[in-house]
Amino acid sequence: MIPALEIENLSKVYDNDFEALKGISLRVEPGDFFALLGPNGAGKSTTIGIICSLVAKSAGKISIFGVDIDEDFPAAKRYIGIVPQEFNFNQFEKGLDIVINQAGYYGLAPGLARERAEKYLRELGLWEQRDIPARMLSGGMKRRLMIARSLVHEPQLLILDEPSAGVDIEMRRSMWDFLRRINAQGTTIILTTHYLEEAEALCRHIAIINHGKIVENTSMKELLRQLDREVFILDCLEELPAAVAIDGFLIRRIDDHTLEVEVQKGQNLNAVFTALDVADIHISSMRNRANRLEEMFVNLVEGAV
Amino acid sequence: MNLREQYVAFMTIIRKEIKRYLRIWTQTLLPSAITMSLYFVIFGTLIGSRIGEMGGFSYMEFVVPGLIMMAIVTNSYSNVVSSFFGSKFSGSVEELLVSPVSNVVILMGYVVGGVSRGLLVAMVVTLVSLFFTDLTIHSYFIVVVVVLMTSTLFALAGFINAVYANSFDDISIIPTFVLTPLIYLGGVFYSMDLLPEFWANVSKLNPLVYVVNAFRYGVLGVSDVNLPLAFVMIVIFTTLAFTYSMHLLNSGKRLRQ
Ligand SMILES: Nc1ncnc2c1ncn2[C@@H]1O[C@H](COP(=O)(O)OP(=O)(O)OP(=O)(O)O)[C@@H](O)[C@H]1O
Ligand SMILES: [Mg+2]
Repeated sequence: MIPALEIENLSKVYDNDFEALKGISLRVEPGDFFALLGPNGAGKSTTIGIICSLVAKSAGKISIFGVDIDEDFPAAKRYIGIVPQEFNFNQFEKGLDIVINQAGYYGLAPGLARERAEKYLRELGLWEQRDIPARMLSGGMKRRLMIARSLVHEPQLLILDEPSAGVDIEMRRSMWDFLRRINAQGTTIILTTHYLEEAEALCRHIAIINHGKIVENTSMKELLRQLDREVFILDCLEELPAAVAIDGFLIRRIDDHTLEVEVQKGQNLNAVFTALDVADIHISSMRNRANRLEEMFVNLVEGAV
Repeated sequence: MNLREQYVAFMTIIRKEIKRYLRIWTQTLLPSAITMSLYFVIFGTLIGSRIGEMGGFSYMEFVVPGLIMMAIVTNSYSNVVSSFFGSKFSGSVEELLVSPVSNVVILMGYVVGGVSRGLLVAMVVTLVSLFFTDLTIHSYFIVVVVVLMTSTLFALAGFINAVYANSFDDISIIPTFVLTPLIYLGGVFYSMDLLPEFWANVSKLNPLVYVVNAFRYGVLGVSDVNLPLAFVMIVIFTTLAFTYSMHLLNSGKRLRQ
């Protein structure tokens, strides 16, 4: 199958001799939901900038749906919709004009341009705000405006550079739902993020980039499988005895009502509950310690230095 | 992109440009109308009546074509320089750069936008001038051709300025220190005959001399410089500016990192 995006040995040296990308290779299949994860300054935006022609590459090869950007960049560009990290529209223009103009730049006739602009502004909940100068929109609305703008020519590959920066939780959820929906309809999506949780919630494949190098490139499932231990937090109904121990498990008593249990890969979690039952301890709720992914991320990134 | 799509993109840029200067008309259209009215009053009516004839015409008649040209030059230049620099500054130029629009369409879109503002202001100024003098046109053909070529030339120059500019200061330096002196020394207010030979020859390096005189010929039928030469010079300057602008766009210098 022709990949939606294929990057081979891409490198970038900026004018100040800084080597932002040190020969990265990536392949994203059509229909995939792909996360490019990495800390600040890793090279995510540089990579995206090169894909959409805003940054000139120093070496390497990029194809979009089989079209080499060196051979026919305009044809490659038609496949791509781009949502940049920074707001990059004229703040004095109205949202509707911004989206309609973008359609025009892709050659969509005025009637169709308007129709599409309306469709995507509605889908992103901005139709009511269409006649307001962009500078008067809230930060989250501005980001959604950029998403509407990127979709107006119905690209097959949507690239979002940190789409959830500055977006509140509720808005993020509805944006995630929206992205899942257009992905289900066939749009390949690549997004960059700092958060493994976001990648986990959305993406099927993931690459981790650090200091201009890919340090991990795998499926989300495979990455999660690499987690060799998980820590669960248990909330107890009654006050806990001073000491709690379960054979074979590392248990910490956090406070009078909270326990932390570390479960190694392959261990049977049922044993924990059986033991707790015997000790007459009753659990009201249980959750993952939220930063388990973060820990792994930090390990991966530090391991690469 | 096929031709029809390129045309759509071209029209989109032009429409956006026109909307921009109409939206801020107090900064884009009004100032020229006011300045030129003042010129008409001061140079044409008050001082002009003391000057008497210039190049065989009343001073008012002599100065009107030059002033119209001045409005065209400054407006087509400043429209492109501020709009294109503004889009660089806000990042919205990326909207064009990530799209499949060809560079020549981007350039011509901005240029035609600037030309249209030059023409619009020229019409306003011409209307204002009718309060002060009767305007008879010697050759409509020459007037139209010169106006279109001149506004194109200075729109291109504004584009080049915008590509190089890094700050809002940079977009006023050239208009203030280069364009305005060239206009004032370009024979808007005086006939080249008044200059000593040396300065008359130096003036021949000034593109504004050809522009102003060619236009004056179109209106009054007289010119300080040879008309075919004026056309050749305007065409040469325009070709150079166009080629250089395309070079800037194609190389991506200062637009892509
Ligand atoms: N125009 C430039 N000139 C010189 N260096 C640059 C330029 N743009 C980016 N860099 C450097 O390249 C490196 C990669 O930057 P990039 O913007 O790609 O990182 P990123 O992964 O997107 O980071 P973030 O998560 O903070 O957005 C950084 O060290 C940055 O300082
Ligand atoms: Mg970035």
